[in-house]
Amino acid sequence: MTNAFDYSRKRIAPAKVIRWTLLALGGIAMVMPIVFMLSTSFKWPHEIYNLKIIPDEPTIENYTYVLEDGRFYQWFWNSLVISTITTISAVLFDSIVGYTLCKFRFRGRMIVFVAILSTLMIPTEMLVIPWYLMAKDFGWLNSYWGIMFPGIMTAFGTFLMKQFFESVPNDFLEAARIDGLNEFQIWWSVAMPLVTPALSALAIFVFLGNWTAFIWPLIVTNDPELYTLPVGLTTFSVEQSVEWELIMTGAALATIPTLIVFLVFQRYIIRGVVMTGIKG
Amino acid sequence: MNFYRNLSIKQKQVVWAWSFLAIPVLFYTVIRFYPTFGAVVLSFQEWNLLSDKSWVGLENYQKLFSDPVFWKVFKNTFVYLLIGTPLSLVISFAIAYHLDKVTFMHATIRALYFLPFMTSAVAMAWLWRWFYQPVPIGLFNNILASIGIPQLPFLNSTFSALPSILAPAVWAGLGFQIIIFMAGLRSIPTSYYEAAEIDGVGSWTVLREITIPLLKPTIVFLVVFSSIGFLRIFDQVFNMTTNDPGGPLNSTKPLVLMIYDTAFNAFDMGYAAAQTVVLFTILLIVSLVQLFIMRERKYD
Repeated sequence: MTNAFDYSRKRIAPAKVIRWTLLALGGIAMVMPIVFMLSTSFKWPHEIYNLKIIPDEPTIENYTYVLEDGRFYQWFWNSLVISTITTISAVLFDSIVGYTLCKFRFRGRMIVFVAILSTLMIPTEMLVIPWYLMAKDFGWLNSYWGIMFPGIMTAFGTFLMKQFFESVPNDFLEAARIDGLNEFQIWWSVAMPLVTPALSALAIFVFLGNWTAFIWPLIVTNDPELYTLPVGLTTFSVEQSVEWELIMTGAALATIPTLIVFLVFQRYIIRGVVMTGIKG
Repeated sequence: MNFYRNLSIKQKQVVWAWSFLAIPVLFYTVIRFYPTFGAVVLSFQEWNLLSDKSWVGLENYQKLFSDPVFWKVFKNTFVYLLIGTPLSLVISFAIAYHLDKVTFMHATIRALYFLPFMTSAVAMAWLWRWFYQPVPIGLFNNILASIGIPQLPFLNSTFSALPSILAPAVWAGLGFQIIIFMAGLRSIPTSYYEAAEIDGVGSWTVLREITIPLLKPTIVFLVVFSSIGFLRIFDQVFNMTTNDPGGPLNSTKPLVLMIYDTAFNAFDMGYAAAQTVVLFTILLIVSLVQLFIMRERKYD
């Protein structure tokens, strides 16, 4: 008996082992570019040409040099403030609009919904020129508000939240109404807690989108004090031109925060991608 | 407050609804619709920010359609799309299909594939730009040299520059597509597979006759999502060709980079606006094709 059992197991095993090995090697290949970036950021200039992942003489000299002039701290701070405020704003507005369009019945509801949905088809690149002219007229160039204003609400998030509020039973809202809560309280303290997974998924997307946003911050700022991390990294890298170990250090500084966020919140992030992919 | 108290429950709801929507409606009107019409209007004008605007009718469009650079850029934009989308979908489907069947260290392997999606395109553009440098600097050419293969020009040749820029864009997007594909695969009822197994159907036939047809909504979503992404490619191109914007002989220049250059380097606002209208039209067609395909699905 045991022999037969072992035999059947062994017969299946090789294909599975090959599949697993190939997938694992592919996964390692996927992260190799990032590994090389991190490795090079700890190398001396004369070492960057070799292919070793672990440097012979590791150094944090590059980080000291890059962080010395303080610009990276400023850019990091700008990106953090802008991404955080935009995320809070978009999550609140998108969910209250999605909630209203889902749970209220009033004339004009469909028009508002279709109008918001139709803005999904308008590419950012078409709007950057009018936005730039608008920012120029109102004196919003080179300001946090100038970078943030196009993103304080998102049509995608509104649509997503509307879909998720469908799963909140109307009886719950009705019960709260009978208890004397006003509509704002019902949204905030009854409906919102029931869609927290969706809120966190939306928050992750909006934050990541703003953290890596490039074209609009590039256009709306020309004062290095107000650059976001990606725009700052571009300027910094152009300045360094051939000092690849310094460019890799800058790139690593821009990448490490999101990698940490990913490693900590991995489960939520993947679940968020799945949810938005299915509902969106 | 008296006014509010005298309203019926239904009327109160309407008041609440519109007070929730007031700021958003204002936002979408002023920050989305008004600028859209602004861009269209501007495309019929000539303006360099300093002089007065003047109406030029269709001149910007005529200039655009007779500009050989535009047709080069138009072609490039579609090359990004036509190589990028099928390539990334085939790779990500193959990985998702097999990864779905793996249980040992599943989450860890999935994380490895997903990790590049979390990076900023700007940082990765500079990283890959370093990879592409000639010997003795660039990683790829060093690897080639160490196994005795002659150097490749990567970003410096009109032939290989565009694929070189496309590679990091495909690479960074794979993780997202793999996750979506795996979610799609999970949503196929196992009863279909059980039935196929009872009938003794081979795994290739199962894939072709069951898995792929039932994945159609997922595939359509990913095709449109990634097509729109490739049509709007900018960050990678801008950062990988800062020394020669648009690559050798404009061989890598996509439409968005042309728009950026026209608007913010040449300050030819009307001409740039006409280019954005063309981009909008292309994206609209892609979205409408998606709607059409998804509609069709309901009836079959």
